[in-house]
Amino acid sequence: MTKFYLNYLEELEAEAIFVLREVVAQFQRPVILFSGGKDSIVVTHLAKKAFFPAKIPFPLLHVDTGHNFSETMTFRDQLVAELGLELIIGSVQESINQGKVREEQGKHASRNELQITTLLDTIEREQIDCAIGGGRRDEEKARAKERFFSHRDDFGQWDPKNQRPELWNLFNGNYHKGEHFRVFPISNWTEMDVWNYILKENIQIPSLYFAHDREVVWRNESWIPVSEFIELEENEKVVTKKIRFRTLGDITITGGIESTADSLESIALEVASMRQTERGNRADDKRSETSMEDRKKQGYF
Amino acid sequence: MEISTNQLLRFTTAGNVDDGKSTLIGRLLYDSKSIFEDQLQAVATTSKRRGIDGVDLALFTDGLKDEREQGITIDVAYRYFTTPKRKFIIADTPGHIQYTRNMVTGASTANAAIVLIDARKGVTEQTRRHSFIASLLHIPHLIVCVNKMDLVEYNQEVYARIVEEFEAVASKLVIKDIRFIPISALNGDNVVNTSKIMTWYTGAPLLDELENLHISSDYNKIDARFPVQTIIRPQSTTYRDFRGYAGRLMSGILRPGDEITILPSGLQSKIKSIQLHNQELSEAFAPMSVTVTIEDDIDVSRGDMIVRRNNLPEQAQNFDAMICWLSSQPAQVGGKYSIMHTSNSTKAIVQSVVYTIDMETLERSTEKLNLTMNAIGRIRIKTAKPLMIDAYRDNRHTGNFILIDDATNETVAAGMIV
Repeated sequence: MTKFYLNYLEELEAEAIFVLREVVAQFQRPVILFSGGKDSIVVTHLAKKAFFPAKIPFPLLHVDTGHNFSETMTFRDQLVAELGLELIIGSVQESINQGKVREEQGKHASRNELQITTLLDTIEREQIDCAIGGGRRDEEKARAKERFFSHRDDFGQWDPKNQRPELWNLFNGNYHKGEHFRVFPISNWTEMDVWNYILKENIQIPSLYFAHDREVVWRNESWIPVSEFIELEENEKVVTKKIRFRTLGDITITGGIESTADSLESIALEVASMRQTERGNRADDKRSETSMEDRKKQGYF
Repeated sequence: MEISTNQLLRFTTAGNVDDGKSTLIGRLLYDSKSIFEDQLQAVATTSKRRGIDGVDLALFTDGLKDEREQGITIDVAYRYFTTPKRKFIIADTPGHIQYTRNMVTGASTANAAIVLIDARKGVTEQTRRHSFIASLLHIPHLIVCVNKMDLVEYNQEVYARIVEEFEAVASKLVIKDIRFIPISALNGDNVVNTSKIMTWYTGAPLLDELENLHISSDYNKIDARFPVQTIIRPQSTTYRDFRGYAGRLMSGILRPGDEITILPSGLQSKIKSIQLHNQELSEAFAPMSVTVTIEDDIDVSRGDMIVRRNNLPEQAQNFDAMICWLSSQPAQVGGKYSIMHTSNSTKAIVQSVVYTIDMETLERSTEKLNLTMNAIGRIRIKTAKPLMIDAYRDNRHTGNFILIDDATNETVAAGMIV
């Protein structure tokens, strides 16, 4: 006899597909914010399932900081080609060249915050009214307050204290001209759910997530990859380690962990036994206790 | 973790600022080993800075900057934990400011509600209000936790008296499944682990109850209701003539071959196929998201509902609803709003307020008929076109709606069709 209930992954998938379909029904010009990380890959996979046998009915938007892992870029281009989608690129380098933002200086300089300006400019330029993100509520305390349909005013700002209540399966995506929405279909997923889903669906992910040998330096309690974008201090020693990345961001701020996990199965097992949160290796979240909240209010992902 | 059969349970917690709600959630997370080391470290540091011995479990639920500064919760926050048996989503709703609005939001998707009672205070007005809202929203399961048992010397009589008091409240509720547990969130008694002190309590600790609640029947599996969200037309060479209706089953079961009616047109057809991505399904049930194709070439669009021919919802333009007002702008009798109901939206007029609920006494009042923020009442509503509705008590998913203020685009009311 068939069971008439869904298991938790099936229910999360059904919820995410429902949300993605609401986006297409309610917005004129949605995009998926695609970083090349596992969460935006999962969202893209869910969109593929939601609209099959049609193509995903919206483009991907990549905010390109210029400080990328080359593996991420290759992966992005292959995925876009395979799905037959349009790719919109917002370039942080261009924002810098145009004088809209100023590059941070010093050892801990990163282009993380500069992305906000580029993202909001691109949203305006392309007349995007809904940016779909892979944000999850379990990631961070400010994100725990996010709605599925999250309103942004005409300056792209989030007002966490004055959000629309979200009841049942009803998502109010009404907005005034100039405003937009951020939509988070996998709000209710945890890191473990994402890995279990990638494993179940056998979703392709960048090789960076698998254990590999890489030149790294020990900085901010994690292994930061050596690249042309970071300056080494005198006392920092470059070593080659077998590492993998648990999250992917800019190459300058994404720390790797020592690991031998080289298959989806072994990664899922490793994540299940982790005792640190995934954002613990992200220098962008370590700046202050409220760094995510502060950035999100300004229009961050 | 076993993926194939483990279910997802959503629950909401209601309580006052100082009845130990945050401590209880912290305890559940901590004892179920859902706290990461860096989170524990951060909370230990803050506890020490605030001069607290050990780790203050309540700090695990700290949120926004203002909330930390003021030591309060402003908005619903969602927390997650997993045990070998289930995945849990907690809608952590604040107890004081705008509690009705937030609790209704958290309760709307919950399988279960936890109501906390301070063992020293017994059943309070707040307890009554929380239980009333849980009942109004038809949360299927209610777990009453009598907390702070450590402060009444784990006395069985105190517990028994509170249970009896609550039974009096419960007799007026529509919730059929109510359980009671004596706990100490602070010391961990009967939260995840069985209390070593309250040996007189023979029931299971809270987590056991949450792991074993029967939730597969929480969805209505009888009345097939498939609101069409969007139309899928690939117009590619491979799928030249494909026309699929994408949506999520709000209730019931659909199978290929089922004789169906499309509402509001009333046109009839048969289900040709049900798909999820590239898989052909032999049946679909709530809450699955699927794509349906039908035998005949009929015009179907967003907002239409596919139902079984012999089991139709009511089609109505005039109906009554219980409503929770969510906006600082009071309800305008005669005022026009946008209404969202399943995948349908249209205009609606609030024709009259039939009565309001006095949130102190929980009695109906036909004197004070103004619906201000956090007020609950019964209204008569008229919509610009017929909606396909069921009573909320029969179907939580086709019996609900929201009202939107067209000037501000804010969601101003949550409605439950009577």
